Order: sequence, then C-alpha cells, then structure tokens
Amino acid sequence: MIYPNSKTILEVRNLCASVSGTPILKNMNFTVKSGEVHAIMGPNGSGKSTFSKVLAGHSDYEITSGTVLFEGKDLLALAPEERARAGVFLAFQYPIEIPGVGNSQFLRLTYNTVQSHRGKEELDPLEFDDFVREKMKLLEMREDFLDRSVNAGFSGGEKKRNEILQMALLEPRLAILDETDSGLDIDALRIVSKGVNYLANKDNAIVLVTHYQRLLDYIVPDFVHVMEAGRIIKSGGKELALELETRGYDWVSDEYKAAARVAA
Amino acid sequence: MSAALQNIINQPYKHGFVTDIESDVAAKGLDESTIRMISAKRNEPEWLLDFRLKSYAAWLRMTEPNWQNAHYPQIDFQAISYYSAPKQKPKLKSMDEVDPELLRTFEKLGVPLHERMALAGVAVDVIFDSVSVTTTYKEKLAEVGVIFCSFSEAVKEHPELVQKYLGTVIPSSDNFYAALNSAVFTDGSFCFIPKGVKCPMDLSTYFRINTEESGQFERTLIIAEEGASVSYLEGCTAPAFSSNQLHAAVVELVALDNADIKYSTVQNWYAGDENGIGGIYNFVTKRGLAQGVNSRISWTQVETGSAITWKYPSVVLLGDNSVGEFYSVALTNHHQQADTGTKMIHIGKNTRSTIVSKGISAGKSNNSYRGLVKIAPSASGARNYSQCDSMLIGQESGAHTFPYIQVANNTAQVEHEASTSKIGEDQMFYFAQRGIDAEAAVSMIINGFCKDVFQQLPLEFAVEATNLLSFKLEGSVG
Repeated sequence: MIYPNSKTILEVRNLCASVSGTPILKNMNFTVKSGEVHAIMGPNGSGKSTFSKVLAGHSDYEITSGTVLFEGKDLLALAPEERARAGVFLAFQYPIEIPGVGNSQFLRLTYNTVQSHRGKEELDPLEFDDFVREKMKLLEMREDFLDRSVNAGFSGGEKKRNEILQMALLEPRLAILDETDSGLDIDALRIVSKGVNYLANKDNAIVLVTHYQRLLDYIVPDFVHVMEAGRIIKSGGKELALELETRGYDWVSDEYKAAARVAA
Repeated sequence: MSAALQNIINQPYKHGFVTDIESDVAAKGLDESTIRMISAKRNEPEWLLDFRLKSYAAWLRMTEPNWQNAHYPQIDFQAISYYSAPKQKPKLKSMDEVDPELLRTFEKLGVPLHERMALAGVAVDVIFDSVSVTTTYKEKLAEVGVIFCSFSEAVKEHPELVQKYLGTVIPSSDNFYAALNSAVFTDGSFCFIPKGVKCPMDLSTYFRINTEESGQFERTLIIAEEGASVSYLEGCTAPAFSSNQLHAAVVELVALDNADIKYSTVQNWYAGDENGIGGIYNFVTKRGLAQGVNSRISWTQVETGSAITWKYPSVVLLGDNSVGEFYSVALTNHHQQADTGTKMIHIGKNTRSTIVSKGISAGKSNNSYRGLVKIAPSASGARNYSQCDSMLIGQESGAHTFPYIQVANNTAQVEHEASTSKIGEDQMFYFAQRGIDAEAAVSMIINGFCKDVFQQLPLEFAVEATNLLSFKLEGSVG
C-alpha cells in the first residue's frame, strides 16, 4: 500500500551486473518505499531472477557499475549474511534441500542469528517451538513439518510455504519473492498469498518477481514493472499486469524501442 | 572459494607441539636382534618372544600391499626406530607422581585427566609413546573383576589370558602390517570382562605419538566372556612433525556367548600440512570375533586425522544370531587420503550386520569406502544392510566406494545403498540468505550428514567429535 511520507527502503541506480563476463543487468533503476508492494514481470531471460540474487548478494554475479542503497546504506558492501541480518529477505524460486539438517533446528538457528544481530532476544528450543508453531498456523502447515530435514522431499508447495514461514520468522524490511507462485496449485497459492498479505505492513516492502497475473489476484501490487534485457522498460499500476495478461510483452518492447528512437 | 574461507580450512593443526620428555629411543632398523631387544627390555616370557619371532619370519615372507587407493613414497622399514619409551619412574601410585610435563600435554589436548576421571567416571589408561604411564580406576574395576591395564602389565599379571587369546582373531600372518605389529609391538591396552559382568564405566585410552621417526605399534586385546558387556573409547592426537610416521596398530576383540563389545574411536592425528608434507601413516588392523551365540560387536569410528588412513574394523560373525555393526565418519582435507571401511564375515546362522559409512572429502583429498560383506554357505538367514554416503566439498576432492559382496547362501538378504552429495555454493548461499555464516552452515550440514554415526558414540565423545569436525571443516565452502 502507498503511504504518504514513507521512507525509501531500496534505491537501485544504474546497476550493471554480469555473470562470467556476460552482462545481464544493464542500467537497472528501481526504487521501493516502505509499505509498497512491487511486481516485476517480464519474459524469460529478462534478468528478473538475476536482479533478485544480486540484491541478496549471490557470488556468481559481478557488479560492474551502479549503486544500491538499502535504508540509505551501501548494500553492495555487505556480505550476503549481513544483508539478511539487515533485513533483506529472498524467498527462493528453487529452495535448496539440506538432507540431515532438521527443519526446526535450522529455523531456530536462522531466527536466533538474525535476532542477536538486531540486538533482540534469542529463544531457547522450547520457547522457539511454541513461537514457530504459532507462525505455522498462518501457513496451514502440518506439525510433522518441523521434524523433517530442510526442504528434503518437500513438495513444491511445502517448499514455498517454508520460505514464507522463514519470512514470517525473520520479519524482513524488504522481502523479494522470486517466482514464489511457480509450481503452486491453487490452494497452495491462496495459502502462501494469505501469509504474505498478513506479513505486509507499512514498515516493510515486498517485491514480487513473477510471470503470471494470477499471483497478483491474491497479492495486489501498488506498482508493476516490466523488465527486458536487464532493465525496467515500463512501470505502471496494477492494471498494467492485467494488460500484459491479455496483450503479452511485445507491445511494451515495441513502445520502448520507439521511444528510444525518438530520444535518439 | 573466498580467501577468508580458505584461511579457515588452512588452520594449523591445533595439537601441533612436541612435549619435551626424555625418550629412550632404539636405533633405527629391524632384524631379529631388534625383536629380542624389545622383548628383553620388557622382560617378556619366552612364549611371547616366540610369537614375535614367528611373526617376524612371516613378515619377511610377505610383500607390502599396494592395492589400496592411496599413494605415498616407498616406506623404508629399516629407517624406523622400533622402540621408544618415555623415561619414567617405574611404578606410579598416584597421579601426583606423573611427569608434570606429560600432564601439561594432556591439558593442551583438552584432556583434563583428573576432571575427566572424576566427572565422567572414565578410567583412562594413558598411553604415551608405547608405554602406559598410569592406569586409573583399576581398583574400582577390580571389584567387579574387570581387568583394564597396559598390555605389558597383562603379560606379567595375566599371562594365561594373553596367551590364550593373542593372535586368535588376527593371526600374525594375516597381513603385512599385522605381521609387523605382531613382531615389534611395544605396548597397548588389555581388557578382560569376566562372565556376566557389565563393565560399570566406559573404558578409555588416549593415544599420543610423541617421538619423531618412531613407529608406533600398539596392541590392544579386549575379551568379553559370556554375558559380559563393555564400551571402550579410543582417542588419538599427535604433534606436528614434518616427516611421516608409520602407525600400524592391531586391535583384537573377542565376544563369547551373549557378550557385547562396543568400540569407539575418535582419531585426530597429524595429517600433514596444507601441501601434504608430513603426517601420520595409519595402517591399522582391527577385527572382532563374535564367537558366541547372540554376541554383538560394534565399531564406531570418527577418522579425521592422518596423512593416510588405511583401516577396516571388521567383525567375524561366527556365533549363531551374532550381530556386527560398523558406523564410520571419515573426513579428509588438503592432501589426506583415506581408504577405510569394514568387513562383515557371516558364518553363523541368522547373523546380522549393519554398515553405515559417511565420507567427507574437502580440499584435494581422496576418500574411499571399501567394504566386504561375505555370507558363508553356513550362514542361513544372514542379513546385511549397508549404507555408504559421500559428501564432497569444493572442486578438487574425490570420493570413491568399493563395495565387495560375496553371497554363498541363498537365504541371505543383503542390501546396499549409496549416495553422493555436495556442499555446493547454492546450499551455502541459502544459509547466508538466512543470516547464517559459512562456518555455522558447514558445521550444521556436516553434523546433519553424520548424525546416524554420532548418535552411536558415547555422549562426551559425541560432543568432542562434533567439535572436531566443525574445527576441521568450518567454512570450507564458499
């Protein structure tokens, strides 16, 4: 939701990034204020997922130029774990399986690590158990979920719910949801969306990376952006997503190219 | 791999120091006179000298094996000193009499002997370069008839037991290194649990190699009579030397009817520096004979040290319904090479064996599981379950599995499962994205991977093992 006088959480300026020498992001500009929900859409290979991972600090990507300010601080100077502790959260498109590591143990470690870095109280195993079970209700998760290994043998829907559960635990300032809707059936989509909507408030911001309008039926964005070839080529309100659904991406691309010719 | 993470892997060996204790070291080289000298130094009876000389004769006829998946320069067996004993007062009545320098060594290793004994109730038979320095809790054990002493003391005090069982599980002609050990072993531990006795405490031995260039030839013999049970702990560390040290121990276990022996090892010997220079060659023969009906022998090992580890703690399942178990974690880093596994030889009816092996390879190391499951024609209804999991860390390490399965009875059931996984960048990134640094992440992944083995260890050992793996590996992925 757009609030008056809200603070800028994320400010990306002319960001360029490459992987193995191949440029992927080309002069990316993007600003997010607290309370807002943004959707980044675009065809495959447009750089959406790269952008998410660059913000989270994945080491495969080299930043060649540009700046990223997170709550006014240089985000690019921070290691991935420092970004997470500062409040940048990425819900993964493909959450990693970690066989042998118990989910409850993992969730408690991540929760306590982030809490301690924020100068807040850590929870012992019993306290944490109560706390996490409360959060699990929100996502309609089964009790035995805590006893299983992290994501190991989880269905697509369970993995995505686990991501949102972690978001609920870590209370990030900026949550980036990378194709959280992919691989979800309609019930799972509803549950995950309900969770995200519950967690959205005036102090945080959410960036949805998605291919499809259907997620945006459940989580209504304040802004919709279209990415192509490593940059945002069009931004609009939630109605833009509906237009993309009926007309596809080509017209946006054509419009952008025409505008570029005029400018030249 | 980032520089910071590289630094963590390359942490120098924590226990790398040489204790300054005068040692009585034999001249290098091996011939019959060396063996007579060792035997004479130890005032051994004639039958033991005979055993040594027969073993030596067998050894001379054998050739050094070269089938293992490990590479190292030819060992010059004449360049090794076969006897080394710290100069000590001959008999110690209490801990106060122990050389303070020796006690400080144990302090550095994190083995506070007094505390360990008092708090954990563990009797520690301290081995320091082949000679037992002190044996504790002996009286308490004696009350229930348990004998726990140095091997040399057993030869003096209980010669009939030693003579009856020595070499019965691992004959001196068994293999090249067992034959060498049988010829030149200096000391080790001896345990005897009489009929019907449940040993009231875990028995523990801390080994430590101290004198440069001295071969270590420990000899351990554990006997559990009918209905007896014992849990035995072996832990090892060694100082950092630049030249390789050969260690060829022999451990024999005998379990009679309804007896139960659990043998746990945490091994952290010097593995060489990050370029693979130095480090211990650990060529060990360990075997248990589940001789009686319903007997059980269980090996648990956590192998983290040595330049080369070459050992196969095995169980011969002779008694009907006997059980053999092997739980192993082998971790290699830098240029370490480990070729380890087990042999389960099923002879008795309805014998059962379980093998759980976890290999972790980091750096440029090579980690092999090699295991034999053999079902003899007589072993009707025998069952084996084997699980071999390998984990690779980084791009340059190797993991290998060599399972040998020989079944000669069609009522047997043999299962083998294997998996290979990798701590990848993506796993590490996932942890990092949740605020967890690389060290904590690797520690958590490794402990999860090894959980099935760690839960077999006695509690205080499990804690040590967890710390040890974390210490050796934290942050080795980035």
